[in-house]
Amino acid sequence: MAHKLCVAITLAVAVFAAAAALPAASAPATDAEVDIDQFTFTPQRITVKAGTTVTWANEDDVPHTIASSSKLFKSKALDTRDKFSFTFTTPGTYEYFCSLHPHMTGAVVVEAATGSNPAR
Amino acid sequence: MTSDHGNERGLSRRKVLECMTWAGTGVLWTIAGGLPSSMGIIGEARAAEPSGLTFLQISDSHVGFDKPANPNALGTLEEAVGKIKALRVKPSFVIHTGDITHLSKPSEFDDADRIISQTRLDVHYVPGEHDVLDEDVKLYRNRYGRGTKGAGWYSFDANGVHFIGLVNVVDLKAGGLGNLGNEQLEWLEGDLKGRSASTPIVVFAHIPLWSVYPAWGWGTEDSARALDYLKRFGSVTVLNGHIHQIMQKVEGNVTFHTAMSTAFPQPAPGAAPSPGPMKVADDKLRSLLGVTDVTFKRGQQRLAIIDQPLQG
Repeated sequence: MAHKLCVAITLAVAVFAAAAALPAASAPATDAEVDIDQFTFTPQRITVKAGTTVTWANEDDVPHTIASSSKLFKSKALDTRDKFSFTFTTPGTYEYFCSLHPHMTGAVVVEAATGSNPAR
Repeated sequence: MTSDHGNERGLSRRKVLECMTWAGTGVLWTIAGGLPSSMGIIGEARAAEPSGLTFLQISDSHVGFDKPANPNALGTLEEAVGKIKALRVKPSFVIHTGDITHLSKPSEFDDADRIISQTRLDVHYVPGEHDVLDEDVKLYRNRYGRGTKGAGWYSFDANGVHFIGLVNVVDLKAGGLGNLGNEQLEWLEGDLKGRSASTPIVVFAHIPLWSVYPAWGWGTEDSARALDYLKRFGSVTVLNGHIHQIMQKVEGNVTFHTAMSTAFPQPAPGAAPSPGPMKVADDKLRSLLGVTDVTFKRGQQRLAIIDQPLQG
């Protein structure tokens, strides 16, 4: 029962991406948030554990997108205060950009969830 | 076709005149938005020779935008259309250099069409990045894409002037700028092939085809190739939008010009942390929005470009 509740909370975090407001529960990775403000992704490069759901929130008065350079993921155009989430399961470096304003770039670095320390 | 009388000598003399004219009027265009007293000079010059082809450029309507920089972008578009309807010299047609809508919503396209059609003029469109938010550019192409190639590029002729509408807002690459792409550039090369170098050319596209400010993405990655195809022509005028302010540059026979938005102003390059919508005092907004009036007179290689704010 308690386990089920935890799963439910974790799902809620993933779906609604209210990472800051909710406790991290017992999820193996803490969810992370990237702000889009002044045509900039902040933090521009974020390092997370595998399994982390990263949520982008657009705080600008113009729409932006989050498009993976390797086409792994792509959001639709996010209007002001819209959000987009993606869960990173495999370690690696994921470069992305705004397909409307391609000078806006960012990266998500995903490390193995536990144990082995990934080479740095 | 027919040879220009006194070709060699005429051209060089014309060139000198052209440079002098630009030197005299360049100041005017560097005063972004508010058009002060010097506009009178151009106004008088134009009044003295009223014949020729006149068309209008309108840009960056952003229908649907409702943020503090302008809570009523549809209203200011309506004001711009009112200005067009009141023009003393009726333009032959209108060019819209993109960002018709803010979010590519069908209702936004509907509203834009409803207002712009009140000009009762033909409108030649190219898309801005805000008009192609649906992945396959269906919404834009269904409305404006008839007879166009690719994502919506095309050319047409009017009064001996060759007009080319280019699309540089699709398939943008990470870290890059505006993008024309190989297919469109090949088409452009073919479109220009065989045309007399004396044909005046007007190229219009959303993102500037010159490097205005790459740090903000204000330029087009592969525009050099397009300009290379254009360099043999004696008169090339490049009209762009995207940056929501007047900016002008002359390079050889090519005049680059960007238009004001009808929706909201954007900061001068580097003058703010980002190129986002710029909130100005309410009574100043209409001096930074407007339309552009372009006149071509036969026998003159130069096109007269006059920017008209909604409120002087």
